[in-house]
Amino acid sequence: MLEIRNLGRMPYGDALAIQKDLVEQRKQGCIPDQLLFVEHPHVITQGRNGRAENLLAGEAALRSAGIDYHATDRGGDITYHGPGQIVGYPILDLREWKRDVGAYVRAIEQVIIDALAQFEIIAGRVPGCTGVWVDGKKVASIGIHISRWVTSHGFALNHTTDLRYFQYIVPCGLTKPVTSMQELGSGASRAQVLAALSTSFARQFDRQASRDREGAGLSYTETYS
Amino acid sequence: MTDVVMPQMGESIVEGTLTKWLKKPGDHVDRDEPLFEISTDKVDTEIPSPTAGVLKEVLVEEGKTVAISTVVGRIEEGAGNGASAPAPAAAKAAAAASPAQPAPKPAAAAPAAAKAPAPTPEPLPEPVAHSAGPYPIPVEEPAPAIEAESPAGPLSPLVRKMAREYGIDLRQVKGTGGGGRITKQDLEAYMSAQGARTMAQASAPSPTAVATTAPSTPTVYTPSAPTAQSPAIMPRAEAPRARVEPMSVMRQRIAEHMVMSKRISAHVTTVHKTDMTKIAKMRERNKAEFQARYGYSLTFLPFVAKAAAEAIRHYPIVNASIEGSNIIYHNEINLGIAVALENGLIVPVIRSADEKNVVGLQRSIVDLSTRARSRQLKPDEVQGGTFSITNFGSFGSVFATPVINQPQVAILGVGAVEKTPVVVDDAIAIRSVAYLALTFDHRLIDGALADQFTGKVKSILENWSEEVL
Repeated sequence: MLEIRNLGRMPYGDALAIQKDLVEQRKQGCIPDQLLFVEHPHVITQGRNGRAENLLAGEAALRSAGIDYHATDRGGDITYHGPGQIVGYPILDLREWKRDVGAYVRAIEQVIIDALAQFEIIAGRVPGCTGVWVDGKKVASIGIHISRWVTSHGFALNHTTDLRYFQYIVPCGLTKPVTSMQELGSGASRAQVLAALSTSFARQFDRQASRDREGAGLSYTETYS
Repeated sequence: MTDVVMPQMGESIVEGTLTKWLKKPGDHVDRDEPLFEISTDKVDTEIPSPTAGVLKEVLVEEGKTVAISTVVGRIEEGAGNGASAPAPAAAKAAAAASPAQPAPKPAAAAPAAAKAPAPTPEPLPEPVAHSAGPYPIPVEEPAPAIEAESPAGPLSPLVRKMAREYGIDLRQVKGTGGGGRITKQDLEAYMSAQGARTMAQASAPSPTAVATTAPSTPTVYTPSAPTAQSPAIMPRAEAPRARVEPMSVMRQRIAEHMVMSKRISAHVTTVHKTDMTKIAKMRERNKAEFQARYGYSLTFLPFVAKAAAEAIRHYPIVNASIEGSNIIYHNEINLGIAVALENGLIVPVIRSADEKNVVGLQRSIVDLSTRARSRQLKPDEVQGGTFSITNFGSFGSVFATPVINQPQVAILGVGAVEKTPVVVDDAIAIRSVAYLALTFDHRLIDGALADQFTGKVKSILENWSEEVL
């Protein structure tokens, strides 16, 4: 069983609080596996492996540009979230799937690769560089936290993201380039992409999925597979 | 004692990075309470304690990557029984751990500033554009050698520290810990044995014996005395020969960029000796007034920037880039100025530099380099450069061979301005001289043109005529 919830547009901190709450409930077995979708206002988040010096602008400069900043406990380095990006937070108990962190990351990549294929975007992996890539450009990034085999944080897929914001975290323009579905020529709507990701996710993790109807709060759910 | 090991997080995962200890040695920890965090392939995982007790030893420091099953710490149970991790596995894993460590840093170039040139230099330019663009910046440490592990497995930081402080050659110590590992107790036993022997040999009682088991004794074992008496028994301490530290992402990207640039472009450097006496005199005349008026000092760099922008107008190919088999001529002259940061470098850009006068250029240089160091630059201020200047002269370097800042095709390095005896009209004169080093991409620019361009920069500087800044 998998519950899919669309949180809509929500600040990073609020979504983090919801995640934490759901992780606790999941650990205690009160709820089934969850997949949260959310769109964050401009925010730069820093994983445990990240270092402040990878941030080009100071915190004050970010704030004046309307960008929030959060240090988090997920894996991976610094990243940007913002409007037009589809952020997915799976909260799964991996003991009910595989106790394998590597397999989990590869599965999340596959979910996105399969979903993109539905929009005729041929995406793949780059060995040693976690994430989903199209022609050497990164379209989705991944950063995960696990506590007692319960996952949190997840992936961020650039749908119609304004890619210029990534420049705040690019020193000297030396990073690998990023791209978005829009830049790759896809005109798919957010709802279409969410549906494709949901289907792909349920298939990948072999779950019966139920999800709340877009914009209708968390109470109403419909089941599909 | 229960060994705490780097857990197996999945089939394909052979190592993990210990990112954070959530408990300190001496802290009590409950069974299943989060003890430390590890990172594997973009996943951070909290690892719970296998048992309840007191965290006695931390064997793997934060930031280190070790193979799975490596013992990372030890817990002493309160009412202890039951070791959960098998010791042989730990020893095996430890052997596998060393190759997992990142490669040592490249050898260091000592900061040029440290070895300032003997001839009295002209007052050196600024604290402004402190160095050296894509010119490799100094690394703090002298170089490498993989940290020597004891043949009997990794040593705890405590053991290593004791060995260093008391000058003990660990090869002489018999380990009794898991897998023959040397423990603190082994060191203490070794030291009291050695201490006893030294005492016996010494004619008079000396304060060299050590009794670490009795903390009230403030005596410190000094290696010198026993070494004189019995060097075979007490060899010199071996300090750790290397420290392993992961590169920051900025460092990694700089590294990638440098190698990429060297691979892409056919680097050639040409050097022109330039008489800066006119500029030096003019600078001298205006210095005080300039400082008072604008609040920052007038350096040589804006003059060079102005001359370069002017010369680019005559030789626009120096301001071009290559795209496939096309040459892209940029109409704007956007000068990148290399700025050294504490742990890296960045090249902010002065847009349309040809439209600015010396005052404007100096203001831009001060502004961009100050904000670069406080990380206040906006993204578009480090992009779109079409030509770069690197001022290694401010660190005392006479000339260097900078690396091209891709996708540009040339970079001008400015050496220190120094008073030098030169021959002028068959007489010896003292002039302020600097070397200008142009590194150019020979795929696009030929030597003749590169020298014409650099000659033009030189000629503008040598014949500086504007009395207005």
